[in-house]
Amino acid sequence: MEKWPNNKAWLLVLPVFVIVAFSAIIPLMTVINYSVQDIFGPGQSLFVGTEWYRQMLGDYRLHEALWRQFLFSGLVLLIEMPLGILIALAMPKKGWGVPACLVTIALPLLIPWNTIGTIWIIFTRPDIGLFGAGMNNLLGIPFDHTARLLDAWITVMLMEVWHWTPLVALLAYAGLRAIPEAYYQAARIDGASAWSTFVYIQLPKMRGVLTIAFLLRFMDSFLIYAEPFVLTGGGPGNSTTFLSIYLVKIALLQFDLGPGGAFSLIYFVIVLLFSFIFYQALQRVGKGEKA
Amino acid sequence: MKGKKKIVGLVIYFILLVIPIYWMLNMSLRSNADILASFALYPKDITFMNYMKIFTDSSWYMGYVNAMIYVVMNTLISLTVALPAAYAFSRYQFVGDKQMFFWLLTNRMAPAAVFALPFFQLYSTIGLLDTHIAVALAHCLFNVPLAVWILEGFMSGVPREIDETAFIDGYGFPRFFITIFIPLIRAGVGVTAFFCFMFSWVELLLARTLTVTEAKPISAIMTRTISATGLDYGLLAAAGILTIVPGAMVIWFVRNHMAKGFALGRV
Repeated sequence: MEKWPNNKAWLLVLPVFVIVAFSAIIPLMTVINYSVQDIFGPGQSLFVGTEWYRQMLGDYRLHEALWRQFLFSGLVLLIEMPLGILIALAMPKKGWGVPACLVTIALPLLIPWNTIGTIWIIFTRPDIGLFGAGMNNLLGIPFDHTARLLDAWITVMLMEVWHWTPLVALLAYAGLRAIPEAYYQAARIDGASAWSTFVYIQLPKMRGVLTIAFLLRFMDSFLIYAEPFVLTGGGPGNSTTFLSIYLVKIALLQFDLGPGGAFSLIYFVIVLLFSFIFYQALQRVGKGEKA
Repeated sequence: MKGKKKIVGLVIYFILLVIPIYWMLNMSLRSNADILASFALYPKDITFMNYMKIFTDSSWYMGYVNAMIYVVMNTLISLTVALPAAYAFSRYQFVGDKQMFFWLLTNRMAPAAVFALPFFQLYSTIGLLDTHIAVALAHCLFNVPLAVWILEGFMSGVPREIDETAFIDGYGFPRFFITIFIPLIRAGVGVTAFFCFMFSWVELLLARTLTVTEAKPISAIMTRTISATGLDYGLLAAAGILTIVPGAMVIWFVRNHMAKGFALGRV
């Protein structure tokens, strides 16, 4: 279907542009302004050019946090995308089970992010937590996310998967429901196996919603802050200091707005770049399959 | 046999999903001393002390009221501006449409920590600091793009012959849009409202930055239990349980819309 060419459509988009630009452009300009200045106090600052950028790009702790972040987001996508699709495939298609499943699965999504951290502190503490105490006392596996690197990672990953897989599942479920029954009938007549029905019908038809799910999960996991901060505070050591936790350490705790601004913009560009690459790639994948 | 495996898998998943929430509920019904003294799978002496404290102390319960006010405002604003824009993206080709669509998306990509400070300056300059509308407007930054995105999907599913017929019948755009088109995508509006509510309700950093006392949301107030005398786990758990309630109520009310919207499969 060709869309109608009409530049007057801008009038319909204008309110969105105004309301988003109001909150987007001025703060962005201000952060750019921070990033090229050394700020001593209100009204006292010195133009330093690209110094903060060079300093930040050479900061080895930033590099470490960045690799940690890539590992984290990579694991998140590898686990949550297939798991979410599996759950969506298993969910009932009609009857009372549909609203029941939708309501239950949406629960973790509706909990404020610092409460999520709180839930997992309470759940995994070795003395009072069901998971922590269960591992230590029942299974005899020493587990303490405040002291051991691997345990901290396992806890953060469990929390993340628990928290966000429902989003992927909900979106994938929506995509599955959009497939007309006729496609399945055709597949049955051809004697297609469940696997080939999945690969040749369901997966291509879910491309749109899975693109949204993938991008949302990439962006939000790359920017994750409150949940791991509440749970581990970035420790033990620096082992769960993700990019945004390190950013807050630099920008707000040391109150260094110049480096913080430069860091923020580098961070923003990385997210932007990868989102753009993923967006283009996912659109191309779909086109290839259609042909 | 295969169907059974599916159901068993699903049931196990849902049990794992609910256990951490159950654990918080368990904690919220015990006193802090009891929590630290012994490990218990269920509360032996149920106490509503933690809940009573929250419901009787206005600095606690107003947090829920404040959050509800700005979340509802944000959902209404987001839907109002996003509906016409999503229509434009789904129906028309115009200069810069693709770039605009992607630009909207980029507003979800900035790390909030440093951006929060200019937000504070911006809203204090225009005198909106510590008001509900400030948080509602700030949350539009990430909710409006999402709303446009989701609604565009639903709208693209409506055949364009409907628009053409209505215009031939002499409907003006506003009348057509409000009386014919929006009712057609009612389920989509429900799903979008759910997502807007959700992301505004759970956001913490901007909400905390833009409020002082008058509009402070519960998620910011909760950090108090940490700075006081150690960590009051019972109180924290009760406050946490109460943050789930409004969201759970919203899904309960829109569950049929959601089921219908998800059945249309347009997100």
